[in-house]
Amino acid sequence: MADITVKINGVELSVPKGTTVLEAAHIAGIEIPTLCYMKEINEIGACRICVTEVNEGRGFRLVAACVYPCSDKMEIRTSSPRVIESRKKTLELILSDHDRKCLSCVRSGHCELQKLCKDYGVEDAAKYDGVKNEFEVDNSAAHMYRDNNKCILCRRCVAVCAKTQGIGVIGANERGFKTYIGSAFDMGLGETSCVSCGQCIAVCPVGAIAEKDFTKPVLEAIADPEKTVLVQTAPAVRAGLAECFGNPIGTNAEGKMAAALRRLGFDKVFDTDFAADLTIMEEANELVERIQNGGVLPMITSCSPGWIKFCEHYYPELLPHLSSCKSPQQMFGATAKTYYAEKMGLDPKNIVMVSIMPCTAKKFEIGRDDQNAAGVPDVDYALTTRELGRMIERAGINFNALPEEKFDDPLGISTGAAVIFGATGGVMEAALRTAYNTLTGKTLVDIPQVRGTEGIKELAVDELGVKVKVASGLSNAREILDSIKNGTCDAQFIEIMACPGGCVNGGGQPQVPMGIRNFVDIRAERAKVLYDLDKSMPVRQSHENPAIKQVYEEFFGKPGSHKAHEILHTSYVKRSVN
Amino acid sequence: MSSAKSTVPFKGTPEQEAQLLQVIEEKKDDKGALMPILQKAQDIYGYLPIEVQKIISDKTGIPLEKIYGVVTFYAQFSLYPKGEYTISVCLGTACYVKGSGDIYNKLQEKLGIAGGECTPDGKFSLDACRCIGACGLAPVLTVNEDVYGRLTVDDVDKILEKYA
Repeated sequence: MADITVKINGVELSVPKGTTVLEAAHIAGIEIPTLCYMKEINEIGACRICVTEVNEGRGFRLVAACVYPCSDKMEIRTSSPRVIESRKKTLELILSDHDRKCLSCVRSGHCELQKLCKDYGVEDAAKYDGVKNEFEVDNSAAHMYRDNNKCILCRRCVAVCAKTQGIGVIGANERGFKTYIGSAFDMGLGETSCVSCGQCIAVCPVGAIAEKDFTKPVLEAIADPEKTVLVQTAPAVRAGLAECFGNPIGTNAEGKMAAALRRLGFDKVFDTDFAADLTIMEEANELVERIQNGGVLPMITSCSPGWIKFCEHYYPELLPHLSSCKSPQQMFGATAKTYYAEKMGLDPKNIVMVSIMPCTAKKFEIGRDDQNAAGVPDVDYALTTRELGRMIERAGINFNALPEEKFDDPLGISTGAAVIFGATGGVMEAALRTAYNTLTGKTLVDIPQVRGTEGIKELAVDELGVKVKVASGLSNAREILDSIKNGTCDAQFIEIMACPGGCVNGGGQPQVPMGIRNFVDIRAERAKVLYDLDKSMPVRQSHENPAIKQVYEEFFGKPGSHKAHEILHTSYVKRSVN
Repeated sequence: MSSAKSTVPFKGTPEQEAQLLQVIEEKKDDKGALMPILQKAQDIYGYLPIEVQKIISDKTGIPLEKIYGVVTFYAQFSLYPKGEYTISVCLGTACYVKGSGDIYNKLQEKLGIAGGECTPDGKFSLDACRCIGACGLAPVLTVNEDVYGRLTVDDVDKILEKYA
């Protein structure tokens, strides 16, 4: 597109036509603050925090920089006294109906509103105090709570739920001063068809929505001498955790994470990656069986509990397409409380299985039916990456100074195929590596066609005679599911992850300010950590994992055995849409 | 958070539902179809309870919350049916300074409902209204077509008894 010239704070800049004032300023090295704006997802120009002075020949006036397009010869002032004063007043007005309990707020120290108030020198938070809304905290969902007293009505959560995920169980109700974000007929979130993905939490600028915190009972279990407390960490956690301690997006935290967990007092530090390899064994076996025995195809992966819940609510007729494999988190817990308990002479009732997940839906998943192989829940507590970050901070552990340590044996042994589960396409790539080797005897490890952050990817593997598809983000999943429904889907195997980009961008990962997210693809940065790890590993195919071979020899027999079915597989239920 | 769940049992008929389904069928592919569908639905049922909003959501694919958000945004839509007797209390300036706000509050308390709602037995619904042009009689309320003026809070019981 043709370039136009603008002048930002007196400096000339050439930008493509259609560039917004916000983007032009970014190119010029100036970050204009935003609260409601999410690129391509929430472009509503509503919060007015980004107001900037522009002159298009009729004198300077304030416009919303996030949505206002540059025009040729436009003059822009990003920090004039009028601009600063206006932004400050907007903040003061937001604060007039905001529960200002910053000291006890989960977002304290990394709240976007708090930072802006500091940046703009808000001296009197009570300046416009008057009537205030009072809302009850909604605790009805298993994975999160909503405290609307802290909500600033930016509607990022609404946009991500409706647009990115294609769900729309939250929205703005009532109008004017009485407006609040909630669900239809004031149902609690737990009564709606919310899938627990937590993308709303990931984008909330303040502390209005957050995961339910289970760090306290975990610390109590660690302190209990009767209990053996095992911890497992999902692949994507190692690609996000370091951000909690001031490291750049895309820092590999694997070694320090293992060290930190040991110092927190967990008896064994294991890795969900082990169970990811186990998942590949079971899932590949299930796929081959379905193809050979005329089973329901395409088969769809079942690792993502947000996706599972979505399918149960919105596409219950497609449930037979889901792999019956438990997710890696649940397979891990089930194996730990059966195989490992037996091997170590432990009573499964005295094992406390804690998982660290990039995910909030995992909190819902641990309470599902048919997830208790040893007669007790497979997993007792699912913590998010953020909760682990808080535990480490609270324990006074200097994360960045920790040595790099390894996971414990045997449930800490894994392959490169497992670690890429955390990125969209990773499960598919891992499955194809094993399938390819099993069926052709040849080795194929790098499959770039299923990598990358596009919402939908597909690949025909001619040598195997199969076509596969990969989707992340539930609105993309809808596209594929609709094609299955109307009979136009030609794939045999499909990977679906609820969160866009996969688990690296899960709802339980460290929150990244929108001012950064709008310009940096955190999905790609974090995924790179996993692909680099994969490359560096000596074993990159799940079926070659020595610990996996051992667990089948000593316990499960072979993939898909009766025992494996009892312990590693599960069932699904139809749920309603609300 | 306002409690917006209707306490009056839904009494929609198959005829009303058939009418609604026809309206949805005609309009659902139009851009911005939700507002006209809701207006017609309210014409058909008199109000927009969860049962009606669910039909609209199921047939159009619009999430229920989005529909509820629109219904609660616009004053023209009601979540509650009108009662056998509709009580309107004038909250216009003259009535208000003469104490109609207290009368309105007393009625909410007596009937156990908030403004805009209907009692569970379907007998009374309560609304606030703008000036009805009877300022000389302020404060004023109407029950269906009957007008009551120069009221005090103590008159509320007597008026309700008349319709009990």
